[in-house]
Amino acid sequence: MPTTVPAYGKEAAGRLASMADVTASDGALRRFLHGLPGVDAVGLQARAATLGTRSIKTTAKAYAIDLAISMIDLTTLEGADTPGKVRALCAKGIHPDPTDRGTPKVAAICVYPDMVATAKEALTGSGIHVASVATAFPAGRAALPVKLADTRDAVAAGADEIDMVIDRGAFLSGRYMTVFEEIKQVKEACRREDGSYAHLKVIFETGELQTYDNVRRVSWLAMLAGADFIKTSTGKVAVNATPPVTLLMLEAVRDFHATTGVQVGVKPAGGIRTTKDAMKYLVMVNETLGDQWLTADWFRFGASSLLNDLLMQRQKLGTGRYSGPDYVTVD
Amino acid sequence: MSFEYAPAPESRAVVDIAPSYGLFIDGEFTEAAGGKVFKTVSPANEEVLSEVAQAGSEDVERAVRAARKAFEKWSALPGAERAKYLFRIARLIQERSRELAVLESLDNGKPIRESRDSDLPLVAAHFFYYAGWADKLGHAGYGADPKPLGVAGQVIPWNFPLLMLAWKIAPALACGNTVVLKPAETTPLSALFFADICRQAGLPKGVVNILTGDGSTGAELVAHPDVNKVAFTGSTEVGKAIARTVAGTDKKLTLELGGKAANIVFDDAPIDQAVEGIVNGIFFNQGHVCCAGSRLLVQESVQDELLAALKRRMSTLRVGDPLDKNTDIGAINSAEQLARITELADAGEAEGAERWAPSCELPDAGYWFAPTLFTGVTQAHRIAQEEIFGPVLSVLTFRTPEEAVAKANNTPYGLSAGVWTEKGSRILWMANKLRAGIVWSNTFNKFDPASPFGGYKESGFGREGGRHGLEAYLDV
Repeated sequence: MPTTVPAYGKEAAGRLASMADVTASDGALRRFLHGLPGVDAVGLQARAATLGTRSIKTTAKAYAIDLAISMIDLTTLEGADTPGKVRALCAKGIHPDPTDRGTPKVAAICVYPDMVATAKEALTGSGIHVASVATAFPAGRAALPVKLADTRDAVAAGADEIDMVIDRGAFLSGRYMTVFEEIKQVKEACRREDGSYAHLKVIFETGELQTYDNVRRVSWLAMLAGADFIKTSTGKVAVNATPPVTLLMLEAVRDFHATTGVQVGVKPAGGIRTTKDAMKYLVMVNETLGDQWLTADWFRFGASSLLNDLLMQRQKLGTGRYSGPDYVTVD
Repeated sequence: MSFEYAPAPESRAVVDIAPSYGLFIDGEFTEAAGGKVFKTVSPANEEVLSEVAQAGSEDVERAVRAARKAFEKWSALPGAERAKYLFRIARLIQERSRELAVLESLDNGKPIRESRDSDLPLVAAHFFYYAGWADKLGHAGYGADPKPLGVAGQVIPWNFPLLMLAWKIAPALACGNTVVLKPAETTPLSALFFADICRQAGLPKGVVNILTGDGSTGAELVAHPDVNKVAFTGSTEVGKAIARTVAGTDKKLTLELGGKAANIVFDDAPIDQAVEGIVNGIFFNQGHVCCAGSRLLVQESVQDELLAALKRRMSTLRVGDPLDKNTDIGAINSAEQLARITELADAGEAEGAERWAPSCELPDAGYWFAPTLFTGVTQAHRIAQEEIFGPVLSVLTFRTPEEAVAKANNTPYGLSAGVWTEKGSRILWMANKLRAGIVWSNTFNKFDPASPFGGYKESGFGREGGRHGLEAYLDV
């Protein structure tokens, strides 16, 4: 029995506007963020572990595998990326399993800004989005004008989604308003000439934020600033997405929706490599947010190697036998 | 389309239940002298699992005599030797844990998730823990060379059949006592499997004896003149009767009885984790837990927020087949217990409390009760005073810490309590004020063999677990 969060609809705009008070000043923002309910680490981890013991079999597994594939932001973020490599990845995103054309497409291809045009061209007509990490990814250590230029570049090249990193230094030193303003400005930089916006995913790098209380605060901070998605990590540090951190972000999204009526998506990234891991995340979404979030519009996996494991498990369900790494493509 | 979990049942094939079982006396399975038997059923579908012997006074006599005879040698063994047997039992429990978990879920109705992840690991841990004490009794603080008491007569309940057995038998054997144990009438099977484990471990004959039967068997056992120590876990009513029986004799007695624990949530609590703690506190093991957090005391200022979160969370609980690995809430243990829960819940409604339960389909056969919440409860309501022993939570409110303490302590019971707040000083202040044997802070229903457990007031006396648990089985 999945829960569904009630939709607030009409009232949403008003409620969000009434939240403007809390971002009126540095002090107000600090008081609000520090007034959020605390997080008990032991309890949070225990809940995430319990959700991880759900046993997903047969029809539920088949459903979850296809769902997970459709939620993947298939990613290549290497200094050595070439147009050829990006094109190969795009081809794989369109037809993840060449032996089974019924396999769902991935949600997006995620690349550095200079590869956006290449990816956009390779994905023409596929419906797959191009996501790009901008704002001096992954460290975020550049002047704001540089970050904004980075973002505008990616959007101009055709990026449908921008994955920005926050200034962790500012956040950890308590300069919440700096982070808030930066997210707002990047969101504005996501504006296209026709007035529409590229989707903004805000990356926290939760491994660097250290405490769960920080994760809840930064989640609210980003959502108040207009994030369309909140994302755990860059995949470039030692600790990336973990089940407890993702669960906490899902809870923040749930509470934000209940308060403002605004729906925000969640994207765990980094370190999710196996079908079993992916199932655990889907169970967390299902039992925390419900059906409404169980689509690629509201939940994504940031991953590069997860897809092949999903494909192998999918083949196993179809044939009853395990194939092996040579039965899926390496791109 | 929604994400529906397909059934994921644990295989029954891992456990081989015989059509009938005798009593375990002096290392052998034997029939009851009176030849009487009774059936044990699976509460999830009312299927008869097996037939077990009903022990009468002659059988009690035989078992106590066997235990008395075995006591001479067993108590004379060096502690390290007794430890070897206990370690062996602990390892056998681990090796056979899947089988035992399935058996426990079949006979008791509890979800396999709990018998597999909570009960069995704790059962093994208790034997390991007390095995470690067996050769260190001189360092436990009860004198240089404390002596065992003799024959222990132990009567355990149906809510955690194997775990309660471990709580009773492990410290008794570690201290050098021998044991006659009577498991509950509705859940005798895991104790009989344990008897087999004792044989497998090569435990000397007569050290552990298992008598199945009903209340009359238990009454015979605790009244037997050659029993030196009585240990009972169960209802307050039966506990009082036992206390009367034992009064005036030189038997040592420990009682672990009912509870009506307060789970106190302050306005600065970690709300999401508090909700988990509330759910775990009252719906764990279908609420068949003496230390269940059956009274939720919530600070008025966060009442609405907390109740909304709690209802949302309760809606995700999965009730059904105990052997399904995705089941959160299993079956009520017996028809009698279901009737009692139903009667008390109805009384709650009749007395004006507001009843709420998530919509969930309950199976047709077997004994089932949906997780239920009562709001607008006052101290004057029966559901705030009496132990329900089922998945029914009563919600009361308070405004100040003093009021929370006063309400929490305003009960004949005092087994456990929970405090939820981010303020450390308040946790310590509350822990000092609450009259309960165990106070959990920012968590609930956490057990560990090293941690003593027991009650105040009508929740009984004596402690089980930890170093304190040794005292009940030593002549100190």
